[in-house]
Amino acid sequence: MAEGVCVITEFRDGAFRRVSFEIASEGRRLADELGGPLLAIALGDGVTEVAPDLGGYGVEKVYVVDDPLLKDYRAETYVPIAAEMLESIEPKVVLSAGSVDGKDLSARLAARLEAGLATDCTELKIEGGALAAKRPMYAGKALAWCSWSEGAWPQMATCRPNVMDCLPPDTAKKAEIEKTNVALPGSNLTLVVKTEKEVGGKLDLTEAETIVSGGRGMKGPENFAMLEELATLLGGTVGASRSAVDSGWRPHADQVGQTGKVVTPTLYIAVGISGAIQHLAGMSSSKYIVAVNKDPEAPIFSKTDYGVVDDLFRFLPVFIEEVKTLKSTC
Amino acid sequence: MDVIVLLKQVPDTETKIKIDADGKSIDTSDIKWIVNPYDEYAVEAALRLQESDGAMVTILSMGPERAVEAIRTALAMGADKGVLVDDPATEGSDALGKAKVLAAALRSMDFDLVFCGHRAVDDDENQVGIMVAELTGIPHLGMAVSIEVADGKARIERPLEGAKVTLEATMPALVTFGGAHAVWNPRYASLPGIMKAKKKPLEQKTLADLGVSPDEVGAQAAKMQVTSMGLPKERQAGRVLEGDTDEKAKELTRLLHEEAKVI
Repeated sequence: MAEGVCVITEFRDGAFRRVSFEIASEGRRLADELGGPLLAIALGDGVTEVAPDLGGYGVEKVYVVDDPLLKDYRAETYVPIAAEMLESIEPKVVLSAGSVDGKDLSARLAARLEAGLATDCTELKIEGGALAAKRPMYAGKALAWCSWSEGAWPQMATCRPNVMDCLPPDTAKKAEIEKTNVALPGSNLTLVVKTEKEVGGKLDLTEAETIVSGGRGMKGPENFAMLEELATLLGGTVGASRSAVDSGWRPHADQVGQTGKVVTPTLYIAVGISGAIQHLAGMSSSKYIVAVNKDPEAPIFSKTDYGVVDDLFRFLPVFIEEVKTLKSTC
Repeated sequence: MDVIVLLKQVPDTETKIKIDADGKSIDTSDIKWIVNPYDEYAVEAALRLQESDGAMVTILSMGPERAVEAIRTALAMGADKGVLVDDPATEGSDALGKAKVLAAALRSMDFDLVFCGHRAVDDDENQVGIMVAELTGIPHLGMAVSIEVADGKARIERPLEGAKVTLEATMPALVTFGGAHAVWNPRYASLPGIMKAKKKPLEQKTLADLGVSPDEVGAQAAKMQVTSMGLPKERQAGRVLEGDTDEKAKELTRLLHEEAKVI
């Protein structure tokens, strides 16, 4: 009988991505409520070495396939292995990452296993011995609770990075490892032609703790240097409204909103953004929101914890100096 | 070359969402329907292949009668023909149910490439396109921000957290589109385009036409369902800081440091 929880980790460039620890932490909590073990699947090139560390987050046993062919995520290699593992270990609940690769993997697994999958969940709980998941729809304009049909197996969910709390790891605890050798398909694979790292190691918006976003009020691309400076000071990254992206001031990857990225940082600072519904939908789940706008009627102010009605070109340089002073004294 | 674009009709992104009396869906009485923006990027990418390679572009959608309007919009942009799977038995399908219907429709059509948005901006599931690739047994190139087609292969670029990746797959392949409006700049339907669209073939199909049993789809086959839906807690508008610029900057710094403890 299916029991327990299995997390599908994400391993890249020699390390687990943080979201793996977040879903392991969440998986631990669910396994405690549900009963049964917390297991993990770890696929990658060189993943064996770090797999035991998942024990620090409460994982009891890790099923590992370590192969150079698994260096990059590819459906043709990852999906058959993960599907076979899930069928053999039979967890009741499967958690995976709502990352770019995790989305492909989880949807393919759900199709292959004929399973129900709730994506981008923000809250998970056990109700009557089964999983219940809360997930945003309409970019967060509505929130839905989902449940799985009687007999549906497995109950699959993904969580975006930064959403689930990560336990402080107990580094003394190591997970048991079960290594499997699998014959991987070697031909006719999707080809990873090249991977280019973003210059300056820019944090992805979906993974950033602090985001400083600029909109039409920034008046031009050159003025985003101020936002870059502020974001760097705060250890964050720069985002943009759709109009700033449409104007060609910022790359599309910076766009926050219903047709861009939905973000959940701890601190979101909106500068010169009036707050169109589709932008608000993309950032309203941020923990703290600050807006700087000269129009006191701007809709963005209805969502902010702290509002500053001022000319951003006057306010920002002063604010940046204040933050610098603070940073130099603590 | 045959390109099929999977297209979904969704509420306009500027819609203020209201919850229906059933407590588990949205109130659709007052909604303006549009083509899912990411699917619009897919249509644009397909039309560029129509121009460069003479690709035949077919729009495939499932949904109620109103979805005809979304297909006509894509035909007015320049797509060649449309197919709508309209069957009441599909209502309440989960992502897998929808993917099964679309995969069955694809089996009855010729294609080299299948295009669609990486997600629809209503359910935000990010599943259906990928599941269609899995059920059809073809590669999926996800979240494309560019595409090139040559020598029987499709090559895309896509963002990956903190990086950009170039991927290539042998056709037939399914490509889901990401990026933003500014990346694809989907064309508008011209007036002559709208006139022509009225005469383009648009076929309506039922599950029986596709050989899909009603038991495989719809609410009773769904592995997962929405049990309740609500609006997020309204954020309370917080305080607006007082004083001159210097005072406001000092106060904001203090609040973020001492009260919110985030800097």
